[in-house]
Amino acid sequence: MGQIAPTPFVIPDLIIQTIHFMTYEANVRPAWIVLVLLLLFILAYTVLNDSPLIQSISNPPKQNISRKGFSNFKNSAENEMCLKCHGQSKYSYTNKENGKIIVKRMYAEAIVNRDDFYASNHREFKCTDCHSEDYISFPHSGDLRMEAIATCVDCHGGDEKYAKFQFETIDTAFMASVHSQKHSEEFTCWMCHDPHTYKINARTTENLKETITYDNLICLNCHGDNNNYQLLSNKPNPNLLQKHDWLPNQSSHFTNVRCIECHTRNEDTLIVAHFITPKNQAVKKCESCHSKNSILYASLYKHQIKQNIEKVGIIKGLFFSETASIGPDRNNSLNLLSFLIMGLTVIAICIHVFLRIKNK
Amino acid sequence: MNNHSSERLYLYPLWIRIWHMINAVLCLILIITGLSIQFSNPSVVVKFKTAISVHNIAGVLLAINYIAFFIGNLFTTNGHHYIMPVRGFFKRLIIQIRYYTIGIFKKENPPFPITPDQKFNPLQQFTYVATMYLLVPLIVLSGFGLLYPEMTLKSLLGASGLELTDFLHVTVGFFITLFMCIHIYFCTIGKTPASNFKSMINGFHESH
Repeated sequence: MGQIAPTPFVIPDLIIQTIHFMTYEANVRPAWIVLVLLLLFILAYTVLNDSPLIQSISNPPKQNISRKGFSNFKNSAENEMCLKCHGQSKYSYTNKENGKIIVKRMYAEAIVNRDDFYASNHREFKCTDCHSEDYISFPHSGDLRMEAIATCVDCHGGDEKYAKFQFETIDTAFMASVHSQKHSEEFTCWMCHDPHTYKINARTTENLKETITYDNLICLNCHGDNNNYQLLSNKPNPNLLQKHDWLPNQSSHFTNVRCIECHTRNEDTLIVAHFITPKNQAVKKCESCHSKNSILYASLYKHQIKQNIEKVGIIKGLFFSETASIGPDRNNSLNLLSFLIMGLTVIAICIHVFLRIKNK
Repeated sequence: MNNHSSERLYLYPLWIRIWHMINAVLCLILIITGLSIQFSNPSVVVKFKTAISVHNIAGVLLAINYIAFFIGNLFTTNGHHYIMPVRGFFKRLIIQIRYYTIGIFKKENPPFPITPDQKFNPLQQFTYVATMYLLVPLIVLSGFGLLYPEMTLKSLLGASGLELTDFLHVTVGFFITLFMCIHIYFCTIGKTPASNFKSMINGFHESH
């Protein structure tokens, strides 16, 4: 031992001696392992949780489409003629009689936010594609107020290009939904899908959380806002947090699934279910989602299931490609491995028992 | 040292036996309800909602019981059995494995006979330390994370923190289940197949 060990063995020997000292010489108990684990967990749960480093690794910043500048979009120059007034809450014009500049407020429902519009599905449209050409003149003619508002099916219905979205089936489901049944004509597609701002989310599930938030905000626009709620109802808006008191880990549910997961009747053919059910028909059983036959596979995770490892990152791809927070039992290869290990253990025990009896 | 044949050693004090009994019952409950939750389709063996409640309660009780074990080992001489001497440990581990796979069938004597100073053989010592000081704390901590998901790490390297915690919890649960199967089987290797089970009730170990 007196001789110094050759270089490659210096470090391992030092480690062994340290472990030896800690566990044997110093008589330190394995309680240290527990303390280290505890510290690691506290570190992971508190420090790392909000660390910008970890957040940036986990969620690389996404390029915001609106940052490109609006001028890149087709028809943006023409649209700007409308948006210079309708793009914000104030507009101004010159009074021809006295030459004064008048500043007025824009009605809330006549405002189209540029960021939202140029991120929406209809961003390439001209305003006058849907609205009358007569809007070009200002002040607008009073007759224009009578202009009929188009619904989704007016443009998308019967069009082969949009056949996969099945707008007709959506329309049927919507007509049967509680919104349509209770409010009939008053409640149109626009209530949830304002064509000026609506952005389809369902098939871009790289960022599932974004889809969930976007879709839930559609519901919360009325159900979380008393003013909007009472545009269609005389009743006070029920407090959603209280109404969902029974739901365990409420905030986790609210941020990890969409309202429509429980509040729609799912139809396999539709990409997103539109048959919103009355509250007494809402899903209330844990096992409806937290089971092998989870209804989430027909809704929220419909598109995610098809994603491959490259798209979702190594950890997620390797272990969770078929999973969600509802449990890794959806990972068939790991299941198989666990059954294999357990099976081999049982076989080994049986052989051992057999040999023990034989050699008795 | 060689004459153990008729010796009855008092190896398992009352607190250990009580702790061990509670731990065994809770582990069984946790394994059964855990499997029910994991493979809910929509309900396996135990009804989903019942399984969740029972699993949560049993989990918290197991954590409390673990603290008792941890403190007990910290302040009594029982902790001594969990200190693994590093030097030559693998050699001794292999001797023990050789005994279980070959020697036992040739009616050889156990290479590391049980004494009041050495109640575990090297293989036992290794698996018990790994289980009690690594797997159980991991499953308790990850279980805590799942019980309070709002507190759990939100995301790590592209995967959801909750999913990673869940994955850790289920994987460690699997290894503890595996440990339990092997542990129960190895307990039948005593003076008689039942003698080790009796020891954990009356506290006396009967040597071969």
